[in-house]
Amino acid sequence: MADENGKGGVLTAVKGMGSHLRNSQVWNSIFRPGSPARADSGDTPRNRAYVVMNNVLYHLHPVKVKRHGVKLSYTLCLGGLSFFLFILLTVTGIFLMFYYRPTSPAAYFDLQALATDVAFGQLVRNMHRWGAHLMVITVFLHMTRVFYHGAYKPPREFNWVVGIILLLLTLLLSFTGYLLPWDQLALWAVTVGSNMGAYAPVFGEQVSFILVGGVQITADTLLRFYVLHVLFLPFVITIFMAVHFWRVRKDGGISGPL
Amino acid sequence: MAQLPENLLRRSAEARAKADGRPFEVVMAEMKGEAPPAGAAAAAPAAAAAAPVAAAGGPVRDLDAESAKFGVRRTLLERGMFARARKDGTAVPAMAGAVAAAAPAAGQAAPAAVGGPPPVSGPPPGVRTQRLLTVVKAGAIQGTTREPQDKVNVWPHLLAIEFVALLVMLALLTLMSAFIDAPLLEFANFNEQPNPSKAPWYFLGLQELLAYFDPQVAGVLLPTFGMIALMFIPYVDRNPSVRPSDRKLAIAIFTVFFMASSILTIFGSFFRGPGFNFVFPWRDGIFFDDLKTLLE
Ligand code: HEM
Repeated sequence: MADENGKGGVLTAVKGMGSHLRNSQVWNSIFRPGSPARADSGDTPRNRAYVVMNNVLYHLHPVKVKRHGVKLSYTLCLGGLSFFLFILLTVTGIFLMFYYRPTSPAAYFDLQALATDVAFGQLVRNMHRWGAHLMVITVFLHMTRVFYHGAYKPPREFNWVVGIILLLLTLLLSFTGYLLPWDQLALWAVTVGSNMGAYAPVFGEQVSFILVGGVQITADTLLRFYVLHVLFLPFVITIFMAVHFWRVRKDGGISGPL
Repeated sequence: MAQLPENLLRRSAEARAKADGRPFEVVMAEMKGEAPPAGAAAAAPAAAAAAPVAAAGGPVRDLDAESAKFGVRRTLLERGMFARARKDGTAVPAMAGAVAAAAPAAGQAAPAAVGGPPPVSGPPPGVRTQRLLTVVKAGAIQGTTREPQDKVNVWPHLLAIEFVALLVMLALLTLMSAFIDAPLLEFANFNEQPNPSKAPWYFLGLQELLAYFDPQVAGVLLPTFGMIALMFIPYVDRNPSVRPSDRKLAIAIFTVFFMASSILTIFGSFFRGPGFNFVFPWRDGIFFDDLKTLLE
């Protein structure tokens, strides 16, 4: 098989199998018409439209966008990157959930074990933590870029409000996650943070009591923050993101040009 | 020519007769393109006066007069007349007045006008002919209010950019995570508060404010007010322009707040040490545990 003919024979066979696969019913049932993965779709304007239109992507993107909107210098991709970081945080977070128990003292020791006993455990934890910090930054910068473009002006006023809610939810997600390592940093940062909330004039103490699950942080707080962090807040932010993206399109696509 | 159903013709003839104050039969006959009944000539003085007697003895129609009277175009009257004659196999009535210059088909109208036999020139059997009813002025059925825009396909132009941005972000994050570990300090101890105790970095601007104001103000009023103010920006800023040169005030205000919160956050993160007292990071060290693993 080492001689030239043999290699050529294998190559041809592989190529033949490839084209057989790409023409098969199974393949064509997965990739809808227009997809570049299909053997029968060339790079025509119509197929370019089909790539989006015949695809789950159509839920996020229209077929065409304004030319200035695709310029990197307009959105700086900040909204998109915030979304991507959210996805990444979901994936890494699910990984972490396999190794983490929200009880004291298990939580702390689970994270220690993650660093030593789990393949790529520390790397994934690092990505989750730095990704979370980055997401706060990208969301904040996204808001800033939207402001400087005046992109909150009619008809986009309400999407700005949805955006502020997303910013709040992002901060809350980050804050509830902060407690989970159950180390000195987590405990006292969250203590300082929730003490601030307790100063609220009317319901401050009640809200703080409900969030923390008592007058001060205990192991119960850990469970409470955990459920908020892995279930409740992601659920709510997903809904608001759906509204946010839908409104971006319904409000006439990306704003501008300036 | 499309034939109106009898009942519709009747209805419009009745209306017309009422409007003109003429007997119904006359109007009906006219509308049908038939000769008016004999007695009708006297009852319709205008039509009778205008209708000279034909040399051939048949009925004579003054199409110009009828046209003016009924507000129907002469060509239409002519066409109706020809069609009726063709259908009934009768001779076309003689016409008073000028031979229509705009007769529907010159070749067909000319012999008819001089009393020749009606040409049998209908469409061949099985062919449907169309008649132009009216010309509607050009204009879209749906009004388009949007200007055409310069657009590009999302695939490949936008998706390619997004994909690259995604890869760059993933690469950065992976690199950072490969080299900098997330901090994990000692086990949580309720009896030993570290000094300083700092909130997560995105709240350090607020914690910094706590050093200047009453906790009610710094911890509650300012952030609540700040969030509400942010939400109300679109409803307060009534200026429709998005050009930076038109919105100097808005940009100035936002920039002041943006810079202030950034400076407060940086200050709280790096310039506060034990007891949340002021420190110089280069002289006294950095008390910022979020980046502890990076700084060690
Ligand atoms: C989890 C957080 C967020 C995500 C994932 C997100 C995502 C996005 C995306 C993907 C876009 C499309 C354009 C772009 O990439 O710039 C967008 C547009 C927009 N976002 Fe966000 N966003 C978030 C938070 C915010 C915040 C905090 C605000 C403002 C307070 C905001 C206000 C807007 C507005 C007004 C638009 C329309 C911009 C335009 O048409 O130019 N969003 N967002």
